[in-house]
Amino acid sequence: MEDFIRDIRAEFPILSTKVYGKDLIYFDNGATTQKPRRVVERIVSGYYTTNSNIHRGVHYLSQRATEAHENARERVRRFLNAPQASEIIFTRGTTEAINLVAFSFGEAFCQEGDEIVVSVMEHHSNIVPWQMLCERKKMKLKVIPMSDQGELLLDAFQSLLTPKVKLVAITHVSNVLGTINPVGEMIQKAHAAGIPVLVDGAQSVPHLKIDVQALDADFYAFSAHKIYGPVGIGVLYGKSDLLNRMPPYQGGGEMIEQVHFEKTTYNVLPYKFEAGTPDFIGSTALAEALDFVDEIGLDRISNYEHQLLTYAIEEMKKIDGMRLIGTAADKSAVISFLLGSIHPFDVGTLLDHLGIAVRTGHHCAQPLIDRLGIDGTVRASFGIYNTPEEVDVMIKALNRIKSMF
Amino acid sequence: MSINETQDAIIEEFSEFEDWMDKYQLLIDTGNSLEPLDEQFKQTQYLIEGCQSRVWLHADYIDGKVVFKAESDAVIVKGIVMLLIQVMSDRTPQEILDTDLYFIDKIGLKDHLSPTRANGLVSMVRQIRNYALAYKLKEN
Repeated sequence: MEDFIRDIRAEFPILSTKVYGKDLIYFDNGATTQKPRRVVERIVSGYYTTNSNIHRGVHYLSQRATEAHENARERVRRFLNAPQASEIIFTRGTTEAINLVAFSFGEAFCQEGDEIVVSVMEHHSNIVPWQMLCERKKMKLKVIPMSDQGELLLDAFQSLLTPKVKLVAITHVSNVLGTINPVGEMIQKAHAAGIPVLVDGAQSVPHLKIDVQALDADFYAFSAHKIYGPVGIGVLYGKSDLLNRMPPYQGGGEMIEQVHFEKTTYNVLPYKFEAGTPDFIGSTALAEALDFVDEIGLDRISNYEHQLLTYAIEEMKKIDGMRLIGTAADKSAVISFLLGSIHPFDVGTLLDHLGIAVRTGHHCAQPLIDRLGIDGTVRASFGIYNTPEEVDVMIKALNRIKSMF
Repeated sequence: MSINETQDAIIEEFSEFEDWMDKYQLLIDTGNSLEPLDEQFKQTQYLIEGCQSRVWLHADYIDGKVVFKAESDAVIVKGIVMLLIQVMSDRTPQEILDTDLYFIDKIGLKDHLSPTRANGLVSMVRQIRNYALAYKLKEN
């Protein structure tokens, strides 16, 4: 284990947990990441020292809490390299961010007969909100196909970009296959056809440096809990030009300017899209998580995780009957696999009893699993605190499991 | 053997193993020994859909007793299915309805029967009781 990884691991108390008497090996980072001590401490100190409802209090605590919340927004802006902090909207997570766009963008820009383009490798959260929009407005959902290796077919994508298409919604990194989609190139193609693009960044932000201006993404969504931050808060970045033309998603406090029974006028960005008391503790803990990530450096994280991925793939290939699902050239730290004809549930259950936490099943991406012609996979997904030694334990465990059937 | 005698026999069999992996080896061997369900019963109407694995359950009513046949696509689930069938099949509807299924807990597999596990087993137990109730009502 490298020294800097040892130091990072020391920041995560949960990693010393024993499960069934074994050392926990946490390979379910695609579902959620563990939290470093400083993120948890930030939540605790927020409640102990600055807790007070924000934006409307004249008193000291409210001002401190407001300041912390708005500083967190600025921190997210810097993380994504967004042009303005007012383009950063706090949501409950990626799912809510996508639902917000599906509703508000749909209301502003979509009509009967229009189309939305998604890819075959989307998570349900980037399918169902668009299906709901399509149902509401009598529109059609079009799907970008992929190769057997798990790479989107860009020629087919190009041919889907007709004048009927109002928005393209694609994942940056597949939660099942780990494929890193060429979103920059896809955004260029879509823009050339005059179509804006939403990128689901849930699986990319913990692993890749994101620059929404360089990508020229129109919307970019992610969840704090997948990047070492707290559960329950996430981010929608949107270009102000689009956001300003979209109606609010939910009504309530914060999002209003004036309320009269005759007429209500709405607040400016970002507050227009933040109805109700925001999670002003979660936002500061998210900012802390981004500090944690940036202090290590996303380039360093990417490199380290890529080395780990390469090592794990090499070792896994040596296991007789190993079938790796998703072999794109550009891959993030996710390995989906099948072990011979053993059901993923059986592999996952046995790995669990050997201390190794993985995910099994369809990973909330059923259309993708259908496309692959399988019932599900076992998925190991890495984070910054995982080690080659842990990979070795998994390899040994998989060999043992194989001999049990 | 009565239902509880069967449950106690299973508990004894599993008590020989301390290590989790040995218990699972026994379940896998049990699962592998389960006679495959006739293809005609591996249809949607017999399917209990779980998020993680699937179970097919078929019931017959023969001479006042409910006879169950079942299968799963996951071998560990199949092993538990076989244990459930050993305990619950070939019993009268009243016996099934009166059963307190304690063996699962005692052999340390309670987690597999938790509603959040989504492997089809919770629904299978419910379905076994539903069949028993239906046959009992039919009888009356």
